[in-house]
Amino acid sequence: MKVNGRELPDAGDPRLLLSDHLRHGLGLTGTHVGCEHGVCGCCTVLLDGRPVRSCLMLAVQARGHEVTTVEGLAADGSPLHPAQQAFHECHGLQCGFCTPGFLLVTAAFLRENPDPSDAEIDDAISGNLCRCTGYANIRRSVRRAAELSR
Amino acid sequence: MSTRFFGERVERKEDDRLLRGHGRFTDDIGENALECAFVRSPFASARIRSIDVAAARTMPGVVAVYTAADVPFGDLDLPLLIPHPELTQPRTQKCLASEVVRYVGEAVAFVVADSRYLAEDAADLVEVDYEPLPAVVTPEVSARAEHLVHADVPGNVAADVTQVVGDPDSVLAAAPHVLERRLRIERSAAHPLEGRAIWARWDASEKRLIVYDSTQSPTSIRGGLAVLFGLPETSVEVIAPDVGGGFGPKIMLFNPDELLVPHAAMQLGRPVKWTEDRREHFTAVTQERAQVHEVRFGFSEEGRLLALDVDFLHDGGAYTPYGLILPIITAAQLPGPYRVPNYRVRFRDLYTNCTPTSPYRGAGRPQGCFVIERVMDAIAAELSLDRAEVRRRNLVQPDEFPYAVGTMWQDGGMTVYDSGDFPELLRIAVEALGPKPEGEGIGMGLAMYVEGTGVGPYEGAHVQVLVGGKVVASTGIPSQGQGHGTVFAQIVADELGVGVDDVTITSGDTRRFPWGVGTFASRGAVMSGNAMANAARAVAEKAKRIAADQLEADPADLELAGGEVRVKGSPGRSMPLAAVAILSNPLRYAFGGGAEIATQFQPRARPGPPLAEGDAPGLEATGYFSPVTGSTWASGCHAAYVQIDPRTFSLKFLKYVVVHDCGRVINPMVLEGQIQGGVAQGIAGSFYERLLYDEDGQLRNASFMEFLMPYATEIPDVEMHHIETPSPLNPLGIKGAGEAGTIPVAAMLASAIEDALGVRVDEMSLHPSRLFELAKPR
Repeated sequence: MKVNGRELPDAGDPRLLLSDHLRHGLGLTGTHVGCEHGVCGCCTVLLDGRPVRSCLMLAVQARGHEVTTVEGLAADGSPLHPAQQAFHECHGLQCGFCTPGFLLVTAAFLRENPDPSDAEIDDAISGNLCRCTGYANIRRSVRRAAELSR
Repeated sequence: MSTRFFGERVERKEDDRLLRGHGRFTDDIGENALECAFVRSPFASARIRSIDVAAARTMPGVVAVYTAADVPFGDLDLPLLIPHPELTQPRTQKCLASEVVRYVGEAVAFVVADSRYLAEDAADLVEVDYEPLPAVVTPEVSARAEHLVHADVPGNVAADVTQVVGDPDSVLAAAPHVLERRLRIERSAAHPLEGRAIWARWDASEKRLIVYDSTQSPTSIRGGLAVLFGLPETSVEVIAPDVGGGFGPKIMLFNPDELLVPHAAMQLGRPVKWTEDRREHFTAVTQERAQVHEVRFGFSEEGRLLALDVDFLHDGGAYTPYGLILPIITAAQLPGPYRVPNYRVRFRDLYTNCTPTSPYRGAGRPQGCFVIERVMDAIAAELSLDRAEVRRRNLVQPDEFPYAVGTMWQDGGMTVYDSGDFPELLRIAVEALGPKPEGEGIGMGLAMYVEGTGVGPYEGAHVQVLVGGKVVASTGIPSQGQGHGTVFAQIVADELGVGVDDVTITSGDTRRFPWGVGTFASRGAVMSGNAMANAARAVAEKAKRIAADQLEADPADLELAGGEVRVKGSPGRSMPLAAVAILSNPLRYAFGGGAEIATQFQPRARPGPPLAEGDAPGLEATGYFSPVTGSTWASGCHAAYVQIDPRTFSLKFLKYVVVHDCGRVINPMVLEGQIQGGVAQGIAGSFYERLLYDEDGQLRNASFMEFLMPYATEIPDVEMHHIETPSPLNPLGIKGAGEAGTIPVAAMLASAIEDALGVRVDEMSLHPSRLFELAKPR
């Protein structure tokens, strides 16, 4: 499977979850695991550009696909991705645990809908839980990310 | 003092790592650690007949299986964290149950294996033979004491505490109006998105234990592990790395894993890690809130509260490790911002066969706030007065501070409000809320609160200017997202006249700062913030002393600004802070970085020994802050318009206003984030999330599929206003802010729903089906 543009080894164990393979097999610990039953969205990654829950997929199912994790949004040392920059400016994160999921959802959403309405933003992020921010600054962050992406 | 950064919306210094996926949460630490799983009780109350671990032990990939019989501390009761003389029947659990289990989720056995997958497989092979017993689930059932949670605790009563202020009996007897209410609040749970996790490594050659723990108090964990394992404290290091939210339960100390993981690491000679899953979090992590209050209150024709009598039951769960803190807080500050001249409060802390309780954001305060605000609304309804007007007539006035409530506070002292302006909070809230919008099913909600924040005993900080001129500072308390790395840097930067980007904060790492208490009770900014200021001020004094010798000036004429120590009003007479840091450490060897200026053949500015008598090398200092007693009292007012859909009984916020006073504000951006997040958690616990225990003590909705944590679609943007009444109790004048957002939400929502539906609301939490029942014509 290809992860963040690089061909990386598959999971050896057929029952390994994609989330566990990314985190513990490949050391990409930016993908977080919050509920392991597909509700919280912390483990969201992009599979061929579309958001998926990596805790609801086996790693072997990603074979032949392209996975993007939060580490793939901006290379080390290079400027932040517009979504990352916007979350920073708007204080869209506190503990940072849910943040990778929100960032990947935002990145994918704005590619499809570069100029979203407030209702569309709420809808887009309504598959991700955040327990710290109360969402107001996440909404602002997505709006700001749209501006920065233009 | 310069106030360049204090009060500014400084963007967070901790964001970059977290945004790039380079945070370091406990489960991110691997190092080939063995992984673990627990066998937990499926019964709320049962006797254990036998435990058979043979099949698990022999499973390939399993390294060890522990029951109580297999660990040297198997018979030990876990610590009673906060003893209290009136907690007459304290009980704490054992690390692993071997005879009796008292709640679903209580740990029975612990499996260590090559991977989590194998550990879970092996846990399934552990055979435990239980004899189920009747479960005691609600506080009311517990009070009836038909069954006992602990056979040797009569009546299920851990404590029965009464406090009296004034003469409530005779005033109630003579009051023109007397009403009674029974106000019931259900359990809630914090659910940080990162559950609990712990990683430990034993360094056999140095005999050192290193522990990473997703905890709110690494210093306490360190102390406890040193005692348990008979190690010098100096050989145990505990680090709370990035912590993915806390909200209270992570202040609960000595969960079984916190003993078993380090023990296994020491015994097995390999790093060992345990990461909780969400289902475990639902039953094994402490919860809060369930209380039933019998309330009787008397008031005048003008709506002035004359006397209040509250008798409440606190559902303490199966054990009382956290002592009586929760009901004590409810009892102490239940009067809120109002004058209650005659007040009796009695509570019984009761055992139930449910998960034990410990503070969750608000910690006893939301319940107290709910009671007094329901009282205010009841008075308004009875006398046909405006709800805001009734509150106005009862508020403590700005000239009455310090204001003594007359009750015992959670630190052992008395409850005394330090400062505030309650009428102003109410005035701004009512004005900002504006007129009621047109429409069906719209209700106005109003609630005020006080919050005792920043309790002692103390916190400390270490501040050091490095030889390159950058500053590092550390404190014992960890952050769970509150922005310590930014707000403490603002405080230190101002004191030392450097940029906020020049300061790096480490928090919650005993290797850097071994002393302190923890992050709880909205105390981080008050306690560690003031300790940071004290330490940084001492560093500034030292820098002036050293620079004065070099600049041939009086230290009193010096100031720190722009990364320099300079003579006030004399441009050019200055030296960089980096040079002062170098000179603070007299050298024989120049090791680069400009160090030659401090070596022995350089001209010396001052006679005497190179290190002045009584001085220490290094431009560094340690500072502490420890209040004599008492809290800094934050306060606020929430007001909102909600709309209840007449067919679905769903809830919509049309406008939500918060007016907040936490003294001097360090960083408005961070503060507003705390408040918005607190409101969201309050809404969540009041209308969406419930803990549905059945009569057997089974939590029937232990997953995020059925425990409805709100998404963005349920939470409104809150309009915020601040007033600042500085606290006289600390040099920076600040008060805590972490929990405030949550405290009045349930009370406000009850008020709003009552107004919208014209029904009486005596309970929390609510949900659409319950509103449907309440609104049904009788």
